[in-house]
Amino acid sequence: MSDIRRRDPRQEWIARNRLHPQHLEVLAELGRSAGQGAASEWMGPQGLIRRNPHAVGFIGPNGVKRIDRSGAQQGQRTGGARASAAASKPLVEIEAPAFLVAVVPDMAGGRLTGHDRDLLGLARQLADADPAARGAVLAVVFGGHNREGDGELKEHGFGEAGVDRLLHITGSEVDGFAPEARLGALVAMDRAWNPRHWLLPDSKLGGADLGRRLAARLGERPATGVWQVEADGEAPLGWRCAARGAAGTLDFQRAMPRLVLALAECAEPVSETRHAAEPLVLPEALPAQLARIQDLGQVAVDPAGVALSEAEFILSAGNGVRDWEAFHHAAEVLGATEGASRVAVDDGFMARDRQVGATGTWVTARVYVAVGISGAIQHLQGIQTCDKVVAINMDPGCDMIKRADLAVIGDSAKVLEALVALVEQSREEKRNAA
Amino acid sequence: MRPESHHDGSLAVTVLVSVGRHPLTGRGRRADQDARGVELAHTLTGAEVELLHAGRLDEGSDAALRGYLGMGFESLSLLEQPAGADVLPALAEALEAAGPQLVIAGERAEQGEGSGLLPYLLAERLGWPLVSGLAAVEEVAGGVATLLQALPRGQRRRLQVRLPAIVTVDAAAPAPRQSAYGPARRGRLDVQAAPVMDDADMAEWQAQPARKRPKRLKIVKAASARDRFKAAAAKAEGGGGQVLTDVTPEEGAEAIFKLLKEEGVLR
Repeated sequence: MSDIRRRDPRQEWIARNRLHPQHLEVLAELGRSAGQGAASEWMGPQGLIRRNPHAVGFIGPNGVKRIDRSGAQQGQRTGGARASAAASKPLVEIEAPAFLVAVVPDMAGGRLTGHDRDLLGLARQLADADPAARGAVLAVVFGGHNREGDGELKEHGFGEAGVDRLLHITGSEVDGFAPEARLGALVAMDRAWNPRHWLLPDSKLGGADLGRRLAARLGERPATGVWQVEADGEAPLGWRCAARGAAGTLDFQRAMPRLVLALAECAEPVSETRHAAEPLVLPEALPAQLARIQDLGQVAVDPAGVALSEAEFILSAGNGVRDWEAFHHAAEVLGATEGASRVAVDDGFMARDRQVGATGTWVTARVYVAVGISGAIQHLQGIQTCDKVVAINMDPGCDMIKRADLAVIGDSAKVLEALVALVEQSREEKRNAA
Repeated sequence: MRPESHHDGSLAVTVLVSVGRHPLTGRGRRADQDARGVELAHTLTGAEVELLHAGRLDEGSDAALRGYLGMGFESLSLLEQPAGADVLPALAEALEAAGPQLVIAGERAEQGEGSGLLPYLLAERLGWPLVSGLAAVEEVAGGVATLLQALPRGQRRRLQVRLPAIVTVDAAAPAPRQSAYGPARRGRLDVQAAPVMDDADMAEWQAQPARKRPKRLKIVKAASARDRFKAAAAKAEGGGGQVLTDVTPEEGAEAIFKLLKEEGVLR
């Protein structure tokens, strides 16, 4: 009996009559039953399907009505769409792993690099190969990456990157360049949990160095420069790998050893699942060691001498900059490499080799400060891989503001002046304290 | 250039040199990083530099090794090893016997496995500290060396290490001087006998010329045509960035300063 559709002709009449005082209420009620904001389809009194074309679609970002015929209406909830996409990935939890795959990411600047994500993808491949006995991926992260704070991790995407267990080792002894203390921690970890695989990035950011130290200490012969891993039943660990050797001119096909130093793009990063990233703690305290290598800190290098494509911190100028003397002074005080948009270069204010964008240099900076750049698509292409973009601009509607992680609307000359004053003041305070 | 007399304040430096391979012609040459290491040793004041090589002596390697002699050396110690041997025991014993304060090596060989492990294994075996990727040695005084390590993105880090130590040289180290022909001809190769250990593992591997690595494709995982179109026509969109409007320049500068501090790019 209950599946007979009961109709209320009066309500339907009100829904059709846009001038009726109760029109909106009735629409809302009908919409609730249909599961949408407003009913766009209902059955008429003669059993015909009636359509309300005004209720279809949504108002797009520019105030123009948009109709999305893919079935998923997304107009009003653009903000939540991305968050829900992340949450909709299935969460994989591995309670009792059959074995562990240990990964030591580089964490350049406190974040997972693309290389680290590839490596975690490879680790997932190794861990999930046998569905009956799944392993867990254990990531080891060193140090407080935030020098100012109390060692909080900047990166929160470990679960998304495919990490089941996370070991975060903090303390002043593993900060900076401390290969011996880090090696001690890894050896302690090896003794405690005996991972089946050790994966490290073969990169200049530290993974290559630490991995070779670990290999020498554990007495394992590692595979270095690995770029391909395939299943192989005959190999001792069930895998074989292709490793680059002889300055990149030879490929060695060999059974995969326990310790692997892999190149970038060795596997696809994890994209379809989320993982738990449960924190772990070492069962024993780290052994105290005599530090034979002392880190005296980074040395100030001439930022103008650093190639634009590999500069870490770029201060870039565009059409909005009027006071070029002040801009050059700001770059000098901040210790940033100078960049420019095409307009600034064409107008002769900056050299051609400083141009950022599709027709200039594709930069990889960690922090990119765009001063008075509106953000042409060619320029935005050039800064695609930058981590943090800061925009200082007069126009709140420009594309650079949309791309930026932090945007300040205002006169760029004044903001730069205030920034220079702040930096000089903080340096002065540091000098007085020391 | 060469210190002739041994006096007490001198620093004994051994440079491990290998036979390189020209990337285009494939001919033997002095290895680039090892030559940089020799150049680095030359810049040390009061250093007594020894060259040490473990490997075969034949026509190709003779020319390559004489390239190092042409950088201003009278002799080079050569530990005779057959092809495919593990040179670690020979080098470790030679270094233990000579007892240098500083051992300089390149990061990885240009022939063979080229894994870059040898300095690490030597350091582990001798129990010495190791510093990788050096750009310069600033000072050696009182059994402590102050080094400049090359980091990616053109950055440098200053380190202090207790001697004896092993250091490896980065491509950022000063370029090697040209090898002079006359001294290269006149120099001696002192062949010494050394223990030989076969590298059994490596014999099992298959080596082939490096294949070009496949280019990674941009895979768009989209359920609907709309998502695919959006991915193809991707334009920068507001990614939850913070926008500060109606602020004084000082407040704006404060926010930027905080971000720069957090990222650690200010020094």
